[in-house]
Amino acid sequence: MLSIEGLCAYYGDLEVLNNVSLTLKQGQIVSIIGANGAGKSSFLKCISGLISKKTGRVIFEGNSITNFSANSIVKKGISHVLEGRQLFNHLDVIDNLNLGAYLFFKRGNSGLISQRRDEVFDLFPILKERSRQIAGTLSGGEQQMLAIGRAIMSTPKLLLLDEPSLGLAPLIVSNIFSIIENLNQKGTTILLVEQNANLALGISDFSYVFESGRIKLQGTGQELLGNEDVKKAYLGH
Amino acid sequence: MDSAFFFTYFLQFVISGITIGSIYAMVAVGFNIIYNVTEIINFAQGEFVMLGGLIMVIFYNKLDLPILIAFLMTVIVVAMIGLLIDQIVIKSIKQPTVLTLIIGTIATSILLKGAAMFIWGKNPYDLPAFSGREAINFFGAVIQPQALWVIGILVVVVGLLSFFFEKSIIGKAMRACSDNQDAALLVGISVKRMILLSFALSAAIGAVAGVIVTPIALMEYDRGAMLAVKGFAALILGGLGSFPGAVIGGLLLGLIEALVAGYISSGYKDAFALAVLLILLFVRPHGILGNPTVAKFKKF
Ligand SMILES: Nc1ncnc2c1ncn2[C@@H]1O[C@H](COP(=O)(O)OP(=O)(O)OP(=O)(O)O)[C@@H](O)[C@H]1O
Ligand SMILES: [Mg+2]
Repeated sequence: MLSIEGLCAYYGDLEVLNNVSLTLKQGQIVSIIGANGAGKSSFLKCISGLISKKTGRVIFEGNSITNFSANSIVKKGISHVLEGRQLFNHLDVIDNLNLGAYLFFKRGNSGLISQRRDEVFDLFPILKERSRQIAGTLSGGEQQMLAIGRAIMSTPKLLLLDEPSLGLAPLIVSNIFSIIENLNQKGTTILLVEQNANLALGISDFSYVFESGRIKLQGTGQELLGNEDVKKAYLGH
Repeated sequence: MDSAFFFTYFLQFVISGITIGSIYAMVAVGFNIIYNVTEIINFAQGEFVMLGGLIMVIFYNKLDLPILIAFLMTVIVVAMIGLLIDQIVIKSIKQPTVLTLIIGTIATSILLKGAAMFIWGKNPYDLPAFSGREAINFFGAVIQPQALWVIGILVVVVGLLSFFFEKSIIGKAMRACSDNQDAALLVGISVKRMILLSFALSAAIGAVAGVIVTPIALMEYDRGAMLAVKGFAALILGGLGSFPGAVIGGLLLGLIEALVAGYISSGYKDAFALAVLLILLFVRPHGILGNPTVAKFKKF
């Protein structure tokens, strides 16, 4: 479904990704782990179009989207949940969700929006209770749910998730991870960046370890969970 | 002074305060449009008003076009100038931060003023009032019919804009751009196009203001800066981002000025207006109608 070939990316002259290649099949959960600053978030931004200074190829469903702008890549069915939630903080929960489905509105399909919102409310009932609250005042867990909810409003085929567990209590984290698996079972392909290596490798079909802008290791979740280097560096034992 | 006489005077001051306040409100409304999308204050907003008045002078007084067509063409031309400012000035600023962009708009306003002096010279121009100049008697005070036009158009414009930004999804998409550009792009909003739209819209509103106030206040090349300062004060009074707030701020500012000028001396009117603004900022930093919760999540 998605294949990345020889991707290099830059912030000004600084190279953050060096010759990264990776593939993702329809229906998979693929995860990326790695130290702080390894380039994981930058990698997701290259796919969703937020980083334009790059070489190599990004191919989605057979077509190159390498040089597409971010607001046109989402139309292809790729939705990106940024690290640190990045909500529309001064709008309320419902407005954030509605804007997640901005594409439906642009296509003249506004009728779908409220139906889609109800589906998101089924997944995250707390958002329904808080529907008129200003997004910036939600708790961290609620904000993460809203960020995911907003991203799936447009019914993406591929969901890019950047550290959904960031700063959340263990109970909320496992709640969010079960929702991610649930979304995947319903057919959404998922590319997950995570610091919580145990959890991420546990639910993934395939995983990559990033180090200084390169892929250092790759394998199935089980393989990496058993790998000595991974154990030492990311699993803390 | 007997009380009927006193009342007539008071009424007259209030009427002129509301008239001038409506003009400030129109400028504040224009500020709000661009602020809502970019969180920048476009200090060339007063120049749009000046250009509206002076371009209308060309279309109506010089070219003799019918008033409605001249009005429409003025608004279109000024809106296009707004588009150009976005394309030429705003887009070419290399590291766009709120501060550098605001400085860009200040430079633009100075340039536009210079260009206007070159084209129109330093003399003030007049336009005919829409419904003549025969004053209406109101409990002994007089109202110019044009003042009613100003107030009526202000009410309509503010009503439409409030609805647009508070209720419509495009309006909310525009506000989302100022909140978080990356997130806006990722839901499919073309941020560039929204910014472009905001410049065109606020320039158009500025042009409307210029056309309707010139019959009351005349218009000359250097009026923009003063209007921008007063409109900005009105905006802060009412609460950045709020359209009803812009109206209340504008009217309040106009009333203070008119009453101080009437009862004390016109020399003190600006000082009083600014004193009220300062006091309000001490007790209610987010303005009269600004939302304190929302204000916390804004850059300024
Ligand atoms: N906008 C930027 N300008 C310049 N350098 C940047 C920018 N964003 C990120 N970097 C640098 O690029 C490198 C990779 O950053 P990135 O955010 O992709 O890492 P990450 O793997 O997501 O890290 P973390 O786990 O801490 O989120 C870092 O060294 C970072 O400092
Ligand atoms: Mg990151």
